[in-house]
Amino acid sequence: MSAVTTTQIASGRVEVRSRSARSRETLIGAAMASPAVILLVVFFLVPVLLAFGLAFTNARLISPRPARFVGIDNFVTLFGDSLFWASLRNTVYFAVVVVPVQAGLALVLALLVNAKVRGTNFFRTVYFAPVVTSMVVISLLWRFIYQPDGLLNHLISAVTFGQWHGTDWLNNPDTAMPAIMVMSIWQAVGFHMIVWLAGLQTISRDLYEAAALDGASGWKTFANITWPGLRATRTFILITITIAAFSLFTQISVMTQGGPLDRTTTVVFMAVRTGYEQQSTGYAAAVSLVFFVLVLAVSAVQRFLTRERD
Amino acid sequence: MSPTPKLVALLAAAAVALTGCSSGSSDSGATNEGGVTTLELWTHNGGNAPELAVNKKVVDAFNASQSKYKVKLQSFPQASYNDAVTAAASAKKLPCVLDIDGPNVPNWAWAGYLQPLDVPAGFFDKQLPSTLGKLGDQVYSFGHYDVAMSMIARKSVLTQHGIRIPTIDQPWTGEEFNAAVGKIKAGGKFAFPLDMGTAGTGEWIPYAYSPLLQSFGGDLVDRQNYQSAQGVLNGPDALKWATWFRGLVTDGYAQQKSGKDSTVDFVNGKSAIMWNGSWAADTVTKKFGTDVVFLPPPDFGKGAKIGGASWQWGMSSSCAAKEGALEYLKFSAKPEYYVAYANALGLIPANTDAAAQVPSFAPGGKYRFFLELSQKAALVRPVTPAYPYISSTFQKAVADILAGGDPQKILDKAAADIDNNIKSNGNYES
Repeated sequence: MSAVTTTQIASGRVEVRSRSARSRETLIGAAMASPAVILLVVFFLVPVLLAFGLAFTNARLISPRPARFVGIDNFVTLFGDSLFWASLRNTVYFAVVVVPVQAGLALVLALLVNAKVRGTNFFRTVYFAPVVTSMVVISLLWRFIYQPDGLLNHLISAVTFGQWHGTDWLNNPDTAMPAIMVMSIWQAVGFHMIVWLAGLQTISRDLYEAAALDGASGWKTFANITWPGLRATRTFILITITIAAFSLFTQISVMTQGGPLDRTTTVVFMAVRTGYEQQSTGYAAAVSLVFFVLVLAVSAVQRFLTRERD
Repeated sequence: MSPTPKLVALLAAAAVALTGCSSGSSDSGATNEGGVTTLELWTHNGGNAPELAVNKKVVDAFNASQSKYKVKLQSFPQASYNDAVTAAASAKKLPCVLDIDGPNVPNWAWAGYLQPLDVPAGFFDKQLPSTLGKLGDQVYSFGHYDVAMSMIARKSVLTQHGIRIPTIDQPWTGEEFNAAVGKIKAGGKFAFPLDMGTAGTGEWIPYAYSPLLQSFGGDLVDRQNYQSAQGVLNGPDALKWATWFRGLVTDGYAQQKSGKDSTVDFVNGKSAIMWNGSWAADTVTKKFGTDVVFLPPPDFGKGAKIGGASWQWGMSSSCAAKEGALEYLKFSAKPEYYVAYANALGLIPANTDAAAQVPSFAPGGKYRFFLELSQKAALVRPVTPAYPYISSTFQKAVADILAGGDPQKILDKAAADIDNNIKSNGNYES
């Protein structure tokens, strides 16, 4: 809007022109948003609505008969299914351990590579390398590391002078999930380190200078300047790690197939297995729906806990 | 990122199908141009050059043999083949002729993808029975070849440990087999004398292990009417099988998860007896020569059993040129093509006339054993549309048993899950 139009606001002609300009802007805006909106509708909204619908039917992947409405049958079966509870337990276990450990570790790494020393770029690259490697490749690689005569066990017996030989990490019910956790944290920690780094660089240098003049200790500087300055980053990292942790699938599919004894099965793994291998689309939709509600609830609670309090 | 990309993609595909992309002609897979009808043919051999070459040879010979029909071959990588067919079926874009993994035939026939082969009586008289895809009394598909599982060992190792070498007519009994494995273990040369291929996943599990279950007297589902797994998958015989199978691990005879490639481990002398398919025969023979022996599996009470059925050919029910498709299938069922597959791939020719023309499978041939074992002991996987579910459930049960779970509980849950699935699908009646 130019200055002329605002001074001549009383003139009807100008008002009409500005309205048509506004509606043209709206049109352009809509046109620019439409690719994303169409993609969202086709690949997100429609599937979500379909999942809602399918969860109440006995639809199958391959079937000559049309799907039939079965009410809440799928959910009754689901809540009575020991596999579902095992999946849920594992998913929560994974999230509860991975979220704080990975976020914390990433922050430590970010602080380290943020320091003004030589070769920070080298370390940033090293930590980030696993992030850009495909999870399938990493899972295959770590499967070799974890096998009974793999790298890890050789390392353990070398370090303990043959006193301890390790175990069959992925086939031992007690170690399978922790093994996958360690690998997952190692893989994704670099990504969150970069996010923390970005957050660290938004904090004004002046504050650190002032703190240095006041003679503040390293810890005091961190607690009073760095930590409060990372508020927005913190929220972002917490929510992205949580959602990523809940959607644990690739590692399970490649490394353990949910075993041994259901110790590593997860809700997403269960949904995919039910829908594809077992062809029970309706039941898989019910699993997905429960998962959707779960993630939504957890995100809502996190948003509430990390909201801006003024 | 979407939490379940695969599932979302599937639902999106379903959405597209529901919103009307499925309208229009329901016939597909063939086009007519200038009096020549071109049929589409799909195969899973995209990554398998030797087999694809034979596919091409058959198609070229058919195209040259007459002028009415032309067959156009399209190959897919095996890993995505079933998904491609399922997606094509829901979009009503199936080709006229396609190949199908044997155990999937009943499921696809039930779903209406396939159409029975209308061939004259006696057409498949020379066919190896395990290589016909049937649902009810109707034949939907036939295969050019089959494979057979066997216990593969070295004569020298067995005689060293004083173990009898069994024959098809007189396989090891269960006790004899356990004692044999025990003797080799006690010999101390092999950390794990037996390699059951426990690193395998997917369809390998029911293919390799359900015959052992059947030999104990259990089965995946009651074959009387395919309506229940109660009593057969979790009965006393099945429990005996599960206990024995887990025992192999706890006694240190076999690994809970064997090496990635059993054949390589066997050739390198890591295992003394390996439970593996006839596809390993060439590799082990090359290494050990005449010292190698192929042995039937032990008879645990109900006879020695192995699995049957491999990839087979059928025609889609939506094909726009059914006569042409049938003509092609009949053409491809000439013995010379069975011979071509067997020679190129080293697999069992699924036709007795053809077998006589393949030196290794002719009477007295070095691999004749596999053909005879197939004829005598092969049992197809349950012929029911419920099979994909049963297979997946059994895979999980086997993994849990090997991991040391309570076998009775695991089998009870598997049987209950299967029954539940059959019921919730209206007993799979069409």
